[in-house]
Amino acid sequence: MTVNEILTWVRGPAMQFALVIFFLGVVVRILEMWLLGRTPDLSLARRSGFIPGLRTVFHRSIPAPGLLQRQPLVYLGGYTFHLGFFISLIFFAPHIQLFYGVWGIRWPGLPAYLIDFVAVVSIAALVALLVHRFVNPVRRYLSNGGDYLAWLVTFLPLFTGYLVAHESVLPYAQMLTLHILSVELLLIVLPFTKLTHSFTLFLSRWYNGAMAGRKGVAS
Amino acid sequence: MSAKALEHGINAFVEQIDRPVASFFNSCVHCGMCADACLFYTETGDPKYTPIHKLEPMRKVWKQKFTFWGKLMYKLGLSKPVTEAELEEWEPLVYDSCTLCGRCSLVCPVGNDITYMIRKAREGMVAAGHAPDGLKGATIRAVEIGSPMGVTWKTVQAQIKHTQENTGLQIPVDQKGADYMVIMSSMEIVNFPEYLGSLARIFKEAGISWTICSDATEATNSGIQIGSSDIAAQLVQRIVDGAEKLGVKYVISPECGHAYTAIRWEGPNLIGRPYPFEVIHILELLDQLREQGRLRTEGTETARMSFHDPCQLVRRGGLVEQPRRLLKMVASNYVDMPDPGIWNWCCGGGGGVSANDRADALQLRVFSRKKSQLDTARVETLVTCCANCRIVLEDGLEHYQMAIPVVGLTETLAKHLVTTPQETAKTETEQGEG
Repeated sequence: MTVNEILTWVRGPAMQFALVIFFLGVVVRILEMWLLGRTPDLSLARRSGFIPGLRTVFHRSIPAPGLLQRQPLVYLGGYTFHLGFFISLIFFAPHIQLFYGVWGIRWPGLPAYLIDFVAVVSIAALVALLVHRFVNPVRRYLSNGGDYLAWLVTFLPLFTGYLVAHESVLPYAQMLTLHILSVELLLIVLPFTKLTHSFTLFLSRWYNGAMAGRKGVAS
Repeated sequence: MSAKALEHGINAFVEQIDRPVASFFNSCVHCGMCADACLFYTETGDPKYTPIHKLEPMRKVWKQKFTFWGKLMYKLGLSKPVTEAELEEWEPLVYDSCTLCGRCSLVCPVGNDITYMIRKAREGMVAAGHAPDGLKGATIRAVEIGSPMGVTWKTVQAQIKHTQENTGLQIPVDQKGADYMVIMSSMEIVNFPEYLGSLARIFKEAGISWTICSDATEATNSGIQIGSSDIAAQLVQRIVDGAEKLGVKYVISPECGHAYTAIRWEGPNLIGRPYPFEVIHILELLDQLREQGRLRTEGTETARMSFHDPCQLVRRGGLVEQPRRLLKMVASNYVDMPDPGIWNWCCGGGGGVSANDRADALQLRVFSRKKSQLDTARVETLVTCCANCRIVLEDGLEHYQMAIPVVGLTETLAKHLVTTPQETAKTETEQGEG
């Protein structure tokens, strides 16, 4: 197989396979959670929990009082790589081209040098968070294989993506192949690791806010 | 413990896992932020006290029973079931080093209500026979005698007699058709009898129709602390039966944190139906009376006073504004400690920890957090509204050799109560009832 044949396979059947696993995985994971259900609360609510739940969905992104000072790296590193990941994904011109090919809609991108900067900062944040996971007693204590796997599959698309743009390690086609493979790895792994938080987070925050809110507490 | 007990425990975990729990476990990213919210971690620096870690056995059960990958691994024999040894190791984590204070639930970036899960995990622990002896003893006394401290109706009667002599007021007992039914914690009956006297005086002035029920005086609920819904339901049912028998409109939850959680928030779910009466916390009622001008005070305390927010009443209970509004009526030199209101730090003895003597040393150790709060605000008198907090605070203050008196909020208000002469009071009562 030539480099181009491999690239074609990675872009085609492999991507389709990864997307199928991703969507099936997410559906299965949501169903197995959703079907557990929840018994209705019979206690007399002070007010409806619905709105307080929505408030918490947004409000929980803000650090709790005093915690930013106690754990600056986790908060700032966390914000940085999440934002950086999505900015590089959504506003990098070749990505926009790709989405346009699939959905037929496009939006303005950011200049390559800016995306470059964002990617470097995000990679640095991820590395800092990994080091912190090793060094911080609590995070080291809590961590298991799943945490390191989740880190790796988040790191690789950013890292390989950066290298594609620079052609310093491997020629363009080879590096692009690796980049797409890393994205496929992320898609396949996501539903079965803690990366599920990317969709359960909203439900968790809503429950937290709604349960506190019906008692009259803004959580 | 037998294999059968372990099986009971695991089944109880399975029963407790609902959609919120699954969502919470799915969302956890092991960021460790909950550790920084927990005084058992901040005061000891030991990572095993990280709140989410306390749920490891239940998380394992969730993973093996309710997740695609976990089920697969379990079937292939690649992940081992929860063992007896694990539950034994986790027992002190779940009971001794968690007061169900709810601070972790407030900081978790992904929104996990960790406290909600620890309350549930205790159901599994107790079903497997892994609950602390102190808490077991309290629970057995609550079921058999009617009080975790072994207080009987005879003791209550003696206290009623004593209070009547002290206040010159009649304490109504088993009055059918009264509006409000008063329940108390054993500690208020034994250690802080001034609560009952304060109520009698305040209610007399406000023209409140109230009663004590001889079948249901005890407000505390060891069942929710140990994590046994069956027992918790039985204890709630006693109060519900008493209130229904007397036909009261309201049951007044006393100055006790977990009693409020038990009767106000968990109760209807435990017995499986809504109440035909409402549960009101004494501070809610006093705040209403204040607003209506039926609770009037005179004079103020000049000491530098602060308020310790009981977790179950404020952060987990929703009585956020009332305590300070009431206290400021009589405290001219009020000062907040750092992290007031819903952010307050637990006394260290809630959630059954104070009933568990194995946890005594740890409880005193983590009191260093309260000490630093008190030191920072240079508090001279500490006011609270939970008899358990009060005992725990007194123990901690003694241990750290701090001479700060701890008083109850209701009695502090009663001390400054404006009392009207007999005749006028009578007219006001009639008006109040009309």
